[in-house]
Amino acid sequence: MMSAYLDFIRIRFLTMLAYRVNYYSGIIIYAINIGAYYFLWKAIFGSAETLQGFTLAQMTTYIAVSWMARAFYFNNLDREIANDIRDGSIAMQLIRPYSYLFVKMMQGLGEGLFRLILFMGPGLVIVCLLFPVKLPKDPAVWIIYFIMLMFSLFINSQLNILTGLAAFFVENNEGMMRMKRVLVDLFSGVLIPIAFFPGWLKSTMEWLPFQAITYLPSAVFTGRTPMSEAWGVLGLQALWFFILLVPIMFTWRAARKRLFVQGG
Amino acid sequence: MLYAVLFWEYIKNYAKTRLTYRADFWVEVLSDMMFQGMNLIFILVVFQHTPSLGGWSESEVVFVYGFFMIPYGIFSTFFGMWNFSERYIVKGEMDRILTRPAHNLFQVLLENVDPPSLIGSVVGAVIMAVCWNDLGLAFHWYYVLIMLLFVLGAVLVYAGIYTALSAISFFSDAPTGIVPLIYNVQNYGRYPVNIYNKTIRFVLTWLLPFAFVGVIPASYFLEKKADDLSQLAWFTPVMGIVVFALGLALWNHGVKRYRGAGS
Repeated sequence: MMSAYLDFIRIRFLTMLAYRVNYYSGIIIYAINIGAYYFLWKAIFGSAETLQGFTLAQMTTYIAVSWMARAFYFNNLDREIANDIRDGSIAMQLIRPYSYLFVKMMQGLGEGLFRLILFMGPGLVIVCLLFPVKLPKDPAVWIIYFIMLMFSLFINSQLNILTGLAAFFVENNEGMMRMKRVLVDLFSGVLIPIAFFPGWLKSTMEWLPFQAITYLPSAVFTGRTPMSEAWGVLGLQALWFFILLVPIMFTWRAARKRLFVQGG
Repeated sequence: MLYAVLFWEYIKNYAKTRLTYRADFWVEVLSDMMFQGMNLIFILVVFQHTPSLGGWSESEVVFVYGFFMIPYGIFSTFFGMWNFSERYIVKGEMDRILTRPAHNLFQVLLENVDPPSLIGSVVGAVIMAVCWNDLGLAFHWYYVLIMLLFVLGAVLVYAGIYTALSAISFFSDAPTGIVPLIYNVQNYGRYPVNIYNKTIRFVLTWLLPFAFVGVIPASYFLEKKADDLSQLAWFTPVMGIVVFALGLALWNHGVKRYRGAGS
């Protein structure tokens, strides 16, 4: 049974590979965005040595690695699920002998694998050539960063699945999906590291899963979070992964009872 | 006159289709606002940690952003042809357009008109007014006319660039991916251009003149800076006319070459 699921990873990877040309311009777009924020942060630092525990060199690395991480964990599972629900093909999915959500997660993994090898990897090389990015020297940092990156993908995919499943309950969840995207970009720390938020917002964010998507791994990568605390941070990510399984399970259970396919 | 009547008819049609799905309309407006809000939140948050951004104060940067929102909202309302290549070239709807007597670009634009984006312009104007007050800037009655002129110029800059980009689809029916690329470059124009290096500054001022949509015209109303960008402000309408003329020329040339994609 497991091999069937693994096949979903393979198939999605190959499908993405067929459209890889679309992602070449993606690398340039991400480089353009990293450039914009690089110059902005340079001006924000001005003559200051450090801001909120970040040096300018760390901040540059933070921006570069956070955007490239976004290139990796980003996917459209929410839209795929919503489309399946709206056009009724979810009915066909449900009668097949596999778990629909697990398949979606596997497809997310396949897409992530593609994005890691053909988008984030080459993107990071190009960005390192363009901007003064300082990569960590300690191999332990790299190892823990990759584990954390996996959890970024899991947690982001979980939030996408939850948003997609909302299509069971509301007629049009387009707005919800767009808002989720803004929330994730803003509060995951791609644009602004959580440490820069004003006190009340920062403490709110510490109780929400968004920071586990970008801020926590990037802070470890840049060295702002020392290695001694890194395992604790990884634990926090893992905790969020398990916590988020609960609402998905309940939504899924409630959704299947509600399902009513019109025609199709 | 014919164009005015056509314009009115298109708007009436638009209203009829949109009023059928009222909830979607508000959701679209709200998510648009959230997207703009994200950029504003960025500005507000970073100014908690620095008194100035390349010599510009918080109110000044927000002022520039507010100005930017006005032409951007108008542009998005009348030039939202993001799916031009897909819908008109690949699916062949351009053939239908070309059988009618009104100018083809005019028809394409009006078929994609999106009035909710105008709400962004209103919000931008309010933001600008608030900053105007905070900064204690002088206000003369003729500023309104200058503002209108600058906004018009800025809209034309955007319109010219995106008309030219859409016209590329006439020459290559494969998606080039260049529109999203330029769309991301345009973000650079919302902030004071002196924070970038010389090359990027030059590109933003003269090659892809996005600086004329935000910071350059807005600086006319602000206190003079060391490098005095406001000297360039009067070029905004000139730049708008030049860029739009070039875009339109490329479009007309493309339409002449158009043979259909065979669908």
